[in-house]
Amino acid sequence: METFIPLIPLMPLIGFAILGLAGNKISKMLAAIIGCASIAISFAISLMVFNSQMHTEEAVTVTLFKWIEAGSFKTELAFLVDHLTAAFLLVITGVGLLIHIYSAGYMHKDEAHNRFFTYLNLFIFFMLLLVMGNNYLVMFIGWEGVGLCSYLLIGFWHKVSEYNKAANKAFIMNRIGDLGLLLGILLLYKQFGTLNFLDIKANLSGIESGNTTIVLATLLLFVGAMGKSAQIPLHTWLPDAMAGPTPVSALIHAATMVTAGIYMVVRSNFLYTLAPFTLEVIAIIGLVTALVAATIALFQNDIKKVLAYSTLSQLGYMFLALGVGAYSSGVFHVVTHAFFKALLFLGAGSVIHAMSGEQDLLKMGGLRKKIPLTFITFLIGVLAISGFPFTSGFVSKDEILLNVYYHNKLYFYLAAAGSVITAFYMLRLLMLAFFGNFRGTKEQEHHLHESPSSMTIPLVILAILSVVAGLVQLPHIYGGHPYFKEFLDTVAPSVEPEDITMATKEWLFLGVTTLVLGIIYFITRRFYAEQSFSGIYTGLKKFLANKYYIDELYSAVITKPLNHIGQLFYKIFDKIIIDGGVNGVGKLVNWSSTKVRLIQTGKTGFYMFAMVLSLVVFLIVGLYNLI
Amino acid sequence: MFPLLLIFLPVLTALFIFVLPAAQSRMIAFAGAILSLLAVLLSFNALHADATDVALSFSFNWLPSLGSNISFGIDGISMVLLLLTNILLPLIILTTFQRDIIKPKGYFSLMLLMQSALLGVFMATDGLVFYIFWELALIPIYFICLFWGGEGRQRITFKFFIYTLLGSLFMLVALIILFQHTTNHSFAIKELYAAGASMTFDQQAWVFWFFFLAFAIKMPVFPFHTWQPDTYVNAPTQGTMLLSGIMLKMGTYGLIRWLLPMVPQAVSAYTDLVIILSIISVVYASAIAMAQVNFKRMIAYSSIAHVGLICAGIFSYKAEGIQGALAQMFAHGINVVGLFFICDIIQTNTGTDTMANLGGIRTVNQKFAFWFLITMLGSVALPLTNGFAGEFLLLNGIYQYNAWFAAIGGLTIILGAVYMLRGYQAIMLGETSSITTSFPALKLSETIVFIVIAGIIVISGIYPKIILDISAWDVQLIAH
Repeated sequence: METFIPLIPLMPLIGFAILGLAGNKISKMLAAIIGCASIAISFAISLMVFNSQMHTEEAVTVTLFKWIEAGSFKTELAFLVDHLTAAFLLVITGVGLLIHIYSAGYMHKDEAHNRFFTYLNLFIFFMLLLVMGNNYLVMFIGWEGVGLCSYLLIGFWHKVSEYNKAANKAFIMNRIGDLGLLLGILLLYKQFGTLNFLDIKANLSGIESGNTTIVLATLLLFVGAMGKSAQIPLHTWLPDAMAGPTPVSALIHAATMVTAGIYMVVRSNFLYTLAPFTLEVIAIIGLVTALVAATIALFQNDIKKVLAYSTLSQLGYMFLALGVGAYSSGVFHVVTHAFFKALLFLGAGSVIHAMSGEQDLLKMGGLRKKIPLTFITFLIGVLAISGFPFTSGFVSKDEILLNVYYHNKLYFYLAAAGSVITAFYMLRLLMLAFFGNFRGTKEQEHHLHESPSSMTIPLVILAILSVVAGLVQLPHIYGGHPYFKEFLDTVAPSVEPEDITMATKEWLFLGVTTLVLGIIYFITRRFYAEQSFSGIYTGLKKFLANKYYIDELYSAVITKPLNHIGQLFYKIFDKIIIDGGVNGVGKLVNWSSTKVRLIQTGKTGFYMFAMVLSLVVFLIVGLYNLI
Repeated sequence: MFPLLLIFLPVLTALFIFVLPAAQSRMIAFAGAILSLLAVLLSFNALHADATDVALSFSFNWLPSLGSNISFGIDGISMVLLLLTNILLPLIILTTFQRDIIKPKGYFSLMLLMQSALLGVFMATDGLVFYIFWELALIPIYFICLFWGGEGRQRITFKFFIYTLLGSLFMLVALIILFQHTTNHSFAIKELYAAGASMTFDQQAWVFWFFFLAFAIKMPVFPFHTWQPDTYVNAPTQGTMLLSGIMLKMGTYGLIRWLLPMVPQAVSAYTDLVIILSIISVVYASAIAMAQVNFKRMIAYSSIAHVGLICAGIFSYKAEGIQGALAQMFAHGINVVGLFFICDIIQTNTGTDTMANLGGIRTVNQKFAFWFLITMLGSVALPLTNGFAGEFLLLNGIYQYNAWFAAIGGLTIILGAVYMLRGYQAIMLGETSSITTSFPALKLSETIVFIVIAGIIVISGIYPKIILDISAWDVQLIAH
């Protein structure tokens, strides 16, 4: 097995190298085949690895070579594969493969088609490195690498300034988080003398829960997670990142990269479990993000923006789960979310494709009859994310809510309210796009068409997964068994709640959920499908539609002052004070020499006088010193 | 014997240039630089194979009355700088292949004389010899800037010359103070170390600040930096490359070789102060870089930020910090030459380096954009590029000394990304402007330069031990 493990990231790297070197010299068809094949091989190996991990609790370490070594600092470029990594490998290569196939259809007409696959393969490589590293520094390679790919893909259509700005924003905001992560890593090194996950874990004996260093280190690491997983207040880059092609939004900004923060926290669970304070912070930030993003999503009219805020919100739920110590629930939601959110984004891509590039929900409507396959799969995605009974989203979200309930009742009620809002904005989206009458132009209507099979097949597969994925974690009460939790608990044992009486009331959950979804269906159907809807908001709605004005706030409080400081430093401090001072010294020398020059009169008498005077002074000083 | 070979090869080449026709100057210079590169690779091999001292050092009884020998030695620390110098020189000469150089004889022979002096600085093991080569290095670059520079060169070059000369005079005083405290009046570095250690704290403090002033001006760190942006912008491209790629490393090398081990008490007393100055450099210069409208000036300020972090890492006095500093010196040398070359190509083809006037070059010349991207990634220290290992180790060393210093110095990873990405966007992305629509393809010689630079960025990024291992042993001998 070990010999195959390095091939998992190596395949996309080779794909990247071939595609990068070949450029536009090969056909689009061949480029797509190379791109997809490399991921398919990685997926196959990942399946093998997953299978072998199912039968063992032994983590496998594969060392490639010594990487950075200086003084007592040592790191290796090495991989660690355990249950956690195996689960992520399947999601990354599996969903990655589907999105690659989809892209072959979606990007077919783009002149930079081959470059798209080049970047996509590079992304998969870095993402795999991120979850496979056996120490924090290798994880950091992947961490920064996926940030680079995200930057390149958001700004993929590089002629549009807006997109480039969005790309810059994503990279820079991520780097703010990365500084936190880096400082956390340095603190861990200072404390433990190693960055190896297993070595740190082994050195924890004797460290008490709530240890200041551990709390600080986990908080710093979490700052990194906030950047990468777009948690408040580092979240504003993700909605802007929708500037990238839709498959990118599905793969990077929904299914994989943005979950890196969750991976990192779960990977460091042995530290976080020792830091209850940090966990509480994570829970609160997750909850706030979940709610704030959900309320914003209620009033967005761009189909991708709604999905982007919904991603923020769902990531918030994942962090909420981690914050209450339910690591496996958080990771399970990563998995189910990867399926249904990729499905929703790809579905949105199919809609946009059909609508000749239109993303405004107000100009859609009635699409369900025009693109039925997209509609049915999209509907399944909406049901899954809304928590319709027995879909994967129902299972994973219920489990999070249950764990939150044991931890803190207030959090539970807020989170439950958030999931009601989730259902609301998703059904609103569904109604606006697929129900009612078509509101677009005649030309758009004329061009409406179902997407090619390379795009619809991934939709169907993801739709199936969105429904059935819950089976591996179905609660006992429905006759299931939490296989996934058992699998993951060997790596990241969840903090078990003391009171588990609620588990018997699952049926209540089920009933309430169904009822609420039914009510929302009728409300949204009435407001967004059958009546004319202006999309113009006032008052609180306007505040929410404008995303709480957070972007404007950052611009006023951070971006502009920073530019002004640069100008101030440059024009006042550097040019006038420091350089003025330096030039002043030069001028002083010139000026004093013009004065001293006057002494050189050329008159012998004056020189004699000066000589005698000096002698007298020297004598006096000398005598004074003698005495 | 290697030190002599390394020093004399460029001098010899310069002689050939002087004698042979001007039309051939460039090729002779390039051939000579390649020979020098081979020579340094041979000496690298010798160092690696633990060759005898005879091969790696040289000593000639020069001024017995002054206790000074012409003596050189090569160890792992100098080797990093020797490699950097001799790798960069052929590249810098290659960057002129598509340009018309007026008075090529003078231009190329001065460049080679500068190379010779720089190599001398990095190998000198005698205080007086170090000082002489230190000053020798200034003369060729002074003339390069003065005769081949841009508008207002007289004033700017004069300021640069006087400023750095002033610094070195302080260094001379420091050397003389040390000399007077040696037991048998010698300038040999070991004797000077012993003398420094034997001095009282007050005496050490004087030596410390005199040395520091010389090195701080050369690097430069805040607040001794104001000569630098004007000089970099005004000098001819190759002059800027020599200054930023190699010459500023004289300062950081000086810290490692001549300051840290020389006056231990003063070093530990003033470490805080120096690191604070360096960290100010990082943040201050980054902030200013963000405010620049001119690409070349932006890189000039970014160089101050980078060198500030190097200086802080050296003063952390940890092996991680010092090795990080050496790795970063090497990486910075490569990257900054790449960036200034990019700037030169843009300026030559569009007539401007004001970022707002450019844009869209990526649409016209994808390959150029690719090389720019790689160089930029090295400069912002993305993992698996050459900037990362150095920057990480520097921050690691600083963190072990004081976490707050590392946190503030670490702002460089954010601010660096801000100004580099903005610059890249303004120049390369977006719609083409009237002056960029006809941006030509890269010429062969230009492509070769970029291939070498990008190759080094990626290879030493994936496998940084290739650089780190060179100095590992010798840094252990100095560091805490």
